[in-house]
This record gives sequence, C-alpha cells and structure tokens, in this order.
Amino acid sequence: MGNISEIVKKSASKYQKDPTKMLDVIRDVQAGLGQVSQEAIVEIAKVMKVSTVDVEGVVTFYHFFSEVPVGKYSVYLNNSAVSVMKGCYDIAKAFEKEVGCKFGEVSSDGKIGLHYTADIGMNDQEPAAIINDVVFTSLTADKVKAIVADMKAGKNMQDTIKDFGDGNNQDALIKAMVKNNIQKKGAVLLAPFESGSALKKAVAMTPEAVIAEMKTSNLRGRGGAGFPTGMKWDFTRQSPGKKKYIVCNGDEGEPGTFKDRILFTERAEMLFEGMAIGGYAIGADEGLLYLRAEYMYLNKYLESVLDKMRKDGLLGKNAAGKKGFNFDIKIQMGAGAYVCGEESALIESAEGKRGEPRNRPPFPAQRGFMGKPTSVNNVESFCSAAKIILEGGAWFAKMGTDKSKGTKLLSISGDCKKPGIYEVEFGTTIQALLDECDGKDAKAVQVGGPSGVCINKSKFGNKICFDDLATGGSIIVIGPNRDILEIVRNFMEFFEEESCGWCTPCRAGNKILLHKLEKIMDGHGTESDLKDLEKWCVTVKSMSRCGLGQTSPNPIQSTLANFREIYEAKIQKGQEFVSEFDMAAAVKDSCAFAGRKPIVEGH
Amino acid sequence: MSKPVVATASLAGCFGCHMSILDIDDRILKLIELVEFNKSPIDDIKTFTKQCDIGILEGGCCNSENVHVLKDFRKNCKILISLGECAIMGGVPAMRNGIPIKDCLQEAYLDGPTVDTNTDKIIPNDEELPMILDKVYPCHEIVKVDYFIPGCAPRADLIWEALVALVTGSELKLPYEVFKFD
Repeated sequence: MGNISEIVKKSASKYQKDPTKMLDVIRDVQAGLGQVSQEAIVEIAKVMKVSTVDVEGVVTFYHFFSEVPVGKYSVYLNNSAVSVMKGCYDIAKAFEKEVGCKFGEVSSDGKIGLHYTADIGMNDQEPAAIINDVVFTSLTADKVKAIVADMKAGKNMQDTIKDFGDGNNQDALIKAMVKNNIQKKGAVLLAPFESGSALKKAVAMTPEAVIAEMKTSNLRGRGGAGFPTGMKWDFTRQSPGKKKYIVCNGDEGEPGTFKDRILFTERAEMLFEGMAIGGYAIGADEGLLYLRAEYMYLNKYLESVLDKMRKDGLLGKNAAGKKGFNFDIKIQMGAGAYVCGEESALIESAEGKRGEPRNRPPFPAQRGFMGKPTSVNNVESFCSAAKIILEGGAWFAKMGTDKSKGTKLLSISGDCKKPGIYEVEFGTTIQALLDECDGKDAKAVQVGGPSGVCINKSKFGNKICFDDLATGGSIIVIGPNRDILEIVRNFMEFFEEESCGWCTPCRAGNKILLHKLEKIMDGHGTESDLKDLEKWCVTVKSMSRCGLGQTSPNPIQSTLANFREIYEAKIQKGQEFVSEFDMAAAVKDSCAFAGRKPIVEGH
Repeated sequence: MSKPVVATASLAGCFGCHMSILDIDDRILKLIELVEFNKSPIDDIKTFTKQCDIGILEGGCCNSENVHVLKDFRKNCKILISLGECAIMGGVPAMRNGIPIKDCLQEAYLDGPTVDTNTDKIIPNDEELPMILDKVYPCHEIVKVDYFIPGCAPRADLIWEALVALVTGSELKLPYEVFKFD
C-alpha cells in the first residue's frame, strides 16, 4: 500500500493534480504497478480530489489500463484482420509456447502478460506487437523466441532493438524497427518541406486571408468525413469567446490506417506548422495533439520537434515573429480506445475523462475542449493546410476531382506485394492502386477500413474521392483465397469491443449483428436471418449516437450488397427457421457441477 | 367461424407481463368475446387440449423445462408472440449471462450470504428438476417467433391493440405513448 500511495502521489504532483491530466496520471500508475488496482483507484481519487467512480470509469474505459495485473512485460499483439492474414495466430501460439500461458493471461511468476489488441497502425508490417511501449514488427516464430528470452532475462525492451527502420525511425529519440514503407510520393504531403516556411508565410497574411485560402483550396477533412477545413476554421473563428483551441486528431485507429504514422515520423514540423496556422486563423493560443497510445514510441521525438520549434521562435510568444501571436502545442497521449477518433469523444478523453461522444449540437466549433470553441482536424488536414499556404489554394485545387481536391495519403496493406504509403491524387481508381501495389489477384478491396466498404471486382474502376469511395486512408487488399466472412467477423468483433456502450443501438446492436453473422457462418442461417441482418444494419446505423454505430454495420451491409452469394451459400434454403440451440451443450456445465446426468432425449 | 384460440405461458419471467395482460381491465370481457383461452395461467389449463392460433410467451429460457414448454407452444400454436423484454432479449434473468454457470450456482447454493441450511453443500441435482442452461436464451433463438411486443412490461394498451389487430386483421394503432418506455 505504501508503494501504491508513493507512486500515485509522485504521478499526481508531476501533473499538478490537474484532473484533465487523469489519463497521464493513470498511465504512470499502470506503468509503475503493472495494474491500476482498486486500492490504487481509491488513492488516485483521493489525491486528485475526484470521486472514486470517476477514476474507475476512466480505468475501465481504456484498453491499456487494467485493474488486474497485465504483467511486468505486457505483450499486446495486434489481432486485427490484416494481422490475422499475415499469421497473427501462429505468432500467438509461439508466444504461448515460449511464455507458458495463454493469451488473456499472465505467466505464473507475473512477469509476462499476453494480450490481444486492436490495430496498432502497423498493417504494412504485420504481425506486429507492442511490448512496454516498444513496437515489434514482422514477427516470426524465431523472433518471438528471442523476444521471450529477452523478457525472461529481464532486459529493457528498447535496448533489444538493434536494427532500426528507415528515415527518422533511426532518430536517437525513436530508435524503432518500424519501416516507413513510403511507396509513392505526391506533390502535397511527401514533397520536400522546409521547416518554418509555411507558418512564416501564414502570419504575414491576415487570419481571414488564411481562411479564404483554405476555402479556395477546397480542402476537406482527411479523417474520412470530409468536412471543409476552411469552413470549420471560419465557424470556430466566428464563435464568441476569447479562448479557443486547435486540436489535432492523431488517434488514427481505423484498422488498416497508418498514414499518420508516417506524417508524425517524417513530417512533424509540417504538422505542427499546420496546427499553428490553424491557431492563427481561428484565434487560438493553444494547440493540442491527441496522440494514440500505440504511437507512444514517437512521443519523445515529437516533443523534441516542438522544443526545437520553440527555440527557433516558431512556437511560443510572438510565434514565427508575429507580434501578439502567442501559440504553443501540447501533446496528450490517448490510452487505447477506437471511439476517441470521434472528435467529441476525443475532446472528452483529452479532458481526462472516459472517451464517450458528446451530444451535438453544440459542435466543437461552438463548445469544444474545456467548453471553448475548438477546431478538431486530422493530421493530414493540418499538413495539407501548411502546403496550401506555401503553394496557394488555387494550386491545390488544380489536383483531384471536381469535389475532392488535392492528394490523399493512402495506407495500403493486405494481399499485395508492395504494402505501404501512397500519396495519390483524388480520382485514382482502385484498379490503378492495385496495379501499383501489385495486388493483381485481389477479389475484394476494403476501402476506408472496417467502417468503410468492401467492394468486388466490378467496382475496381471506382475512384478514391469523397463522392465515390471515401476513405480516411485505409485500403486493405483481399486476395482470392481469403474467407471474406471471416474478415467481416473480425471487423464486427472489433466494433463490438470498441463500442463505448453509451447508446443501446450501438452497444447491443453490434452484439446482435455479430451473433446473427455467426449464426449464418455456422450454417444455422435462413433467408429470414439474412433479412433480419439487413434490418438490424439499418436500425444500428440510423439510431446510433455517433459515427461508430452509424458506420459499424458497413462490413455486413457492403458484403451483403457486393458478395451476397457468399451468404447465400451458407444459409439453409427453403427452411423457415433453423435453431442454433444445442441442449446437450447448454446443460453440460451446470449438470457436471451439480453432479447429475444430463437428460437430453426428447429435447 | 369459431373464435381464435389463445394460449399463454410465463417462462423465465416475473409474471409482470401476464399482470399487464390483466391490466386491460374491463376489456377482458371483450377479449373473452373475441377469443377462447386454452393452456394458460389465466384459466389454469395445464396442457394443450387443442391446436391453438396464438401463443403468447413471457420470459426467456433459463432451464430445460422452459425450452420444453417453448417448443410445445411452437408445435401447438400457429402464431407465436414474444411478450416483453425477457422473452425478446432475456431481460433481467440474462444479467447472469456474463458469469460462468458454475459461479452462479456456487453463489446461489454454497457461498451466498443467505445460504445457511445447505450443510451438505449440495447443488440441487434431483433428476425431476429442470436442468439449468449455460445462459438465458431469448425465445427466438430456440424456435421461430412471429411477433415481438416490447416493454417491461408492455403496456396493457399495447397488448390489447396488438391482439385485437391480430385477431381482427385490422391495422395496429401505435400511438407514441404505448411504446415509449422512459
């Protein structure tokens, strides 16, 4: 108990007992104790002067916090769809064999815990895992053997990394084995960028002119929804109030998306300048980068970039030499929750609370972070904004399609020979992408991650753009031998797990959808189950409170539309109803425990 | 034409839905004019004596007897209706679904604070007793269910309107008040 109290006190004072820093406090406690026990929760509540349930609510909400011990070394192996394609479960077996416990358990000596986790932004180098904030990619059984030996020997995980990836992955503050896998550079994001150039140009303009430039460029939000950035900045600028915030949504959690990883690694200055430009435009003096917990390995590097920008006069008082423009940026780490990619949930999380979406209106532009007008934009949107200032809105608007201007950063993974990052102009067809990434045999492509659509060959001529195939960046190539329903099941398990539980259509609906799907996959489905499934999709989409539930039925809905024959082949035709109920299985455990013989005849 | 025949049963429920049926008050006299009751706690007929038109089920299935009754209803009724939350989703009894059955039995018969007479530490195991299922199942996972009337309990007006619509073939009147629950 003494130990708990010390660690809690130390952590709480490190963050000045600021309740909005609750996630940081809890993360320190989790790291220090390997768990956040009930005693620790009570202690945190006492020191931070909040209620116990408030702390408990936060601890139980996030994936990387745990009330029970997760092990001195906690292995978080990604089991999202592409990792499964690349052999994640063989790797899991290798871990289980070497460690001597199952996934979901901690070894008997408490040293090593094995856990599954959702996508960690490494889909181009799966199977991948995070162990004590250190990323391990392209895992093989041999590598697992070595890693487990290192853990057993008590080594520091970071010290075991000898081969670093390319580019800034070799930076002294990153030192990660992660590869950038940049396959194609375009004119906006991956073109050369000179630090300071964009921000200095922006502050020489009026804030109104900066917004006008954004409007000319027709830049639309790169997170996927595509709201015009210039309009969002304009709304936030015009919202009453002196205190305003710029928030960068760095929670890229959509399975299959890893494009922000590259921007953080290789274009950090461009991103931060974009945020400062946004701050200048809306009249904010504070920027907040909400960084997903999985990218903890980039934290020190990003902080160092901010430090350098402060030294260079680009941030801080009179930023970029503009008198009266005081702007600085802080980084807020997440703690593992997909729903925090939703902007209002992200704001809640950034305030140190459970990441549950807010009711809208009011929109963040009216009442956002700490109740003040806030513009939340995607990493790529800020980077694009920086380039737009440099080259002009008209230059940007020359690229792309009628309604989708500029370039899009795509993260391509799955069954292709050249997975990685592609910067392409909007309007590029799926077929063109497949040719470039060498995924010629593809029978399906998942565009926009699980919340996007799964298309068949007949739609490979369709284009990447907001009014055709919209995507936040995730493109998953699905080869000829893959079981599409298994992939759909993986996606639905993901949504079921990641639903924040606030609203019933999403909390219960995703469970029902998954169950119906499994009924059909197990051969107990009928025509009426297919119809039910379709109806449930509509209910969950139309009744859910935020983007999670409004899109989570998409894997089922789009495969029902584009691969209906797969479902048809699984169902029992001509049957009105098939029960999946198995009496013998259902009474087995209770009879065994009561010491009686099950009688299942006649049932 | 003879009157439609109705049967009802309460499975893993609290009888609240049946109470709600009785809540139609004096309309029960009209109901008797409209339909004939067969197996039901309302008239205490224990077994089906004829083929029925409508079977109304309260509660989900938590044991083998519930499953047996449910299947019997499916066999003997043309139309099955799940009445109320427990029949449709498992309801309050399904709160045990996240807990292994062994832990449930242990708490109920061995470790619970109110257990004081079970000195022999027995989990009831007489073969006459229904067997407990691993979890509580909604009715439509076990047999085909034709209609669902939601609520906990569904309002008497809703039950009345639904039954009358079904029996007379008229359109169901669903004013907002009868299916809002908060």
